[in-house]
Amino acid sequence: MISPSTMQAVRESGAVPAAGYVLEVEHVRKEFPGVLALDDVHFKLRRGTVHALMGENGAGKSTLMKIIAGIYTPDSGTFKLRGQDIRLKSPLDALENGIAMIHQELNLMGPMTVAENIWIRREPTNRFGLINHAEMRRKTEELFKRLNIELDPGVEVGSLSVANRQMVEIAKAVSFNSDVLIMDEPTSALTEKEVAHLFRIIHALKDQGKGIIYITHKMSELFEIADEVSVFRDGKYIATKLSTEVTRDDIIRMMVGREITQMFPKEEVPIGKVKLSVKGLTLKGVFHDVSFDVREGEILGIAGLVGSGRSNIAETIFGVTPASAGTIEIDGKQISITSPSIAMKNGMAFLTEDRKDTGCFLLLDIQDNTQMAVLQSRYVNYGFVQQSRLSKDSEAMAQTLRVRTPDMHEPIMNLSGGNQQKVLIARWLLTQPRILILDEPTRGIDVGAKAEIHRLVSQLAGQGVAVIMISSEMPEVLGMSDRIMVVHEGRVTGFLDRKDANQVKIMELAAH
Amino acid sequence: MSDNTQQAGKSLTGLKSVRRWPPEVSILLVLLGIVLVFEILGWILIGESFVANKQRISIIVLQVAVTGIIAIGVTQVIITGGVDLSSGSMVGFIAMVAASFAQVATNERAVFLSQGWVDLNPLWAIAVGLALGALLGWVNGIIIAKTKIPPFIATLGMMVSARGLAKWYTLGQPVALLTDSFSWFGHSFQFLGFPVPRPVIVFLIVAVVFHILLTYTRYGKFTYAIGANPQAARVSGINIGNHLVKVYTFAGLLSGLAAVMTAARAESAQPGMGVGYELDAIASCVIGGTSLAGGVGRITGTFIGTIILGVVTSGFTFLKVGAYYQEIVKGVIIVAAVVIDQYRQNKRRKA
Repeated sequence: MISPSTMQAVRESGAVPAAGYVLEVEHVRKEFPGVLALDDVHFKLRRGTVHALMGENGAGKSTLMKIIAGIYTPDSGTFKLRGQDIRLKSPLDALENGIAMIHQELNLMGPMTVAENIWIRREPTNRFGLINHAEMRRKTEELFKRLNIELDPGVEVGSLSVANRQMVEIAKAVSFNSDVLIMDEPTSALTEKEVAHLFRIIHALKDQGKGIIYITHKMSELFEIADEVSVFRDGKYIATKLSTEVTRDDIIRMMVGREITQMFPKEEVPIGKVKLSVKGLTLKGVFHDVSFDVREGEILGIAGLVGSGRSNIAETIFGVTPASAGTIEIDGKQISITSPSIAMKNGMAFLTEDRKDTGCFLLLDIQDNTQMAVLQSRYVNYGFVQQSRLSKDSEAMAQTLRVRTPDMHEPIMNLSGGNQQKVLIARWLLTQPRILILDEPTRGIDVGAKAEIHRLVSQLAGQGVAVIMISSEMPEVLGMSDRIMVVHEGRVTGFLDRKDANQVKIMELAAH
Repeated sequence: MSDNTQQAGKSLTGLKSVRRWPPEVSILLVLLGIVLVFEILGWILIGESFVANKQRISIIVLQVAVTGIIAIGVTQVIITGGVDLSSGSMVGFIAMVAASFAQVATNERAVFLSQGWVDLNPLWAIAVGLALGALLGWVNGIIIAKTKIPPFIATLGMMVSARGLAKWYTLGQPVALLTDSFSWFGHSFQFLGFPVPRPVIVFLIVAVVFHILLTYTRYGKFTYAIGANPQAARVSGINIGNHLVKVYTFAGLLSGLAAVMTAARAESAQPGMGVGYELDAIASCVIGGTSLAGGVGRITGTFIGTIILGVVTSGFTFLKVGAYYQEIVKGVIIVAAVVIDQYRQNKRRKA
């Protein structure tokens, strides 16, 4: 074990071998109360490569990355950085040793400028010890040039899009001369164009000899960007393969330990009468003149690029942001939906896009999270919650959805993303909706849970529920929908029937 | 597929449950620790027992009863992610108004002498106090719900205005010579040889009622939901504005109740009554584990927190520590309690 300052010296002297492994992790074990998160795990990262990590939610990918980034301390295991044994004490320690993590939740300070965010704590100063803003700007521009990023270093980070903020995070990581960059699902909120840009940057980083750890749930990205892939399952290391020598099915098999033959188990169900009819719906400046019908038993997919207004349409139908014009009819009766509670009284349920911001009550337990919506209408007697009856039904629902938890009193923040999503779905199913709006129901969710959610949605349609499903994932939209409505820049650009829909047609309508 | 079903079977029961102590246990231990320290120091320094003194216990509980009633209202406000700075000033104003409906006829300077509203049934004064409290709380709630300004600012405004109203009401004069039937509510009765002040009984009843309200009713569930994630609460169909108005109205109502108790106990009212009560109440909440970030907190915790503050104050008096030192140490305890609580929560979060 050597001190960070020695490491720094070694690094600067250039005595580190240029080829081979930059990071070697062996026999890592980490236990949380009640969960063995990592069990004798191995991981090796080569210089100048992208190494993808795959596994279902709760497989241990994020835990391992947090250990590598110095956020968690492992119970045991050996770590070698550039061939030297090392033990990291904190995220700062990791950063100083050349390991940078770009988190799923970006950690930038909104009111400060791009340059200030990148050089915080390391601001160039003049001889009076005051910050030299011109120099800081120059250094930022130089850094951006190296990475092909076109951003003004002087703008506030808060005014940037998610994609641009991510670029800033990456530039910041690179500015530390990091040799190891960890990216945790970097494309989950990016449009295709932005993803392409990100991949160009990743290629540039590779060429500079960096090792990149890339966590993703998207199979297509794996084959596009990764050189190697390691698969984890239930806290155990399964295998490491070259991405050229495996197929999509191989990886799925390794991830779930079983074959998933039917990813989109859409059943043919009888389609009934019109349940929800939207006419000329408009939210000024966001979307215009949106009209469509959804029938009982039908799944209407809504496709479109991020920012096309898809989610806004759903929010308006549910009364989160009431419409500025247009009508909504349920069972042929016009209803003015000005708040979510009115929507709920009319049998609607809305699973929002953002689990953390508008979904989970992170401080509360699973029980409270499950029951919060249904309390509007049922299980309440003279203001008192009929807790034993409600608990029984909530637990049954959680069991049906296969929520993985020791009990219903576990805080929801201790669950993996996929399990949180299942709890939120349970919340809405308890209200026995007749119209179910799902916004990105399987984002950031592992393959197994995804298939379960798809099966469930299909079942609900079979029971006559009218389903609206928004998704960025083409295979999901194509596989699940009876009809697909495509939105582009706040306008409906077309409808496609299940039988004639394909990826090309959707993209033509979505990108116009 | 069979693999999958097996996994599902153990989803709720298969994983090992982590045993969780209720968070109040650690606060209770802190209370016992503090009492023990005073007991030991008492024997060493003064040669007498701290706890084995009926008079002292009676004083402690009386001291905490009034701020305790306020703290219970403030607890639910803080759980929603808000704060109520106006309770102390409201006590001052409402005590003045309520007391003015409880003056004796022989008092020549009684506020409502000319109207003949003297020697009234004490229920009048109580009703006026509660109604006025609820009204002021409702105003707080409406301002916060409609204008969406931070509760800190809204209640800060009420804090300043209510104190002004308290002084304006009689142009600074105290309201004195109250009826015996009104003062009765602030006095003690003997129970098993213990002098039990009536405000303490009121405090206990209020604590039980609000514990039930927060734990077993829809009102309570929504209160936690709003504090934990207002956006998610809204999407779940909760009308946040309406709910906040209720929460602040309840807080005002309890400030009104505290005001009535204060006036009855003092057998008079002055415009300066209740100064600093709002801070004692907030301190009791945070000592009891309520998070100022919202979403977390329980009445039982606040109850113990209130007693901790009372015990510390009375313990220092018992050890004959000067008033200045008392305040210094009280400040330290408030900060220490929150630091410890945060540490504990971080540990739990990592777990």
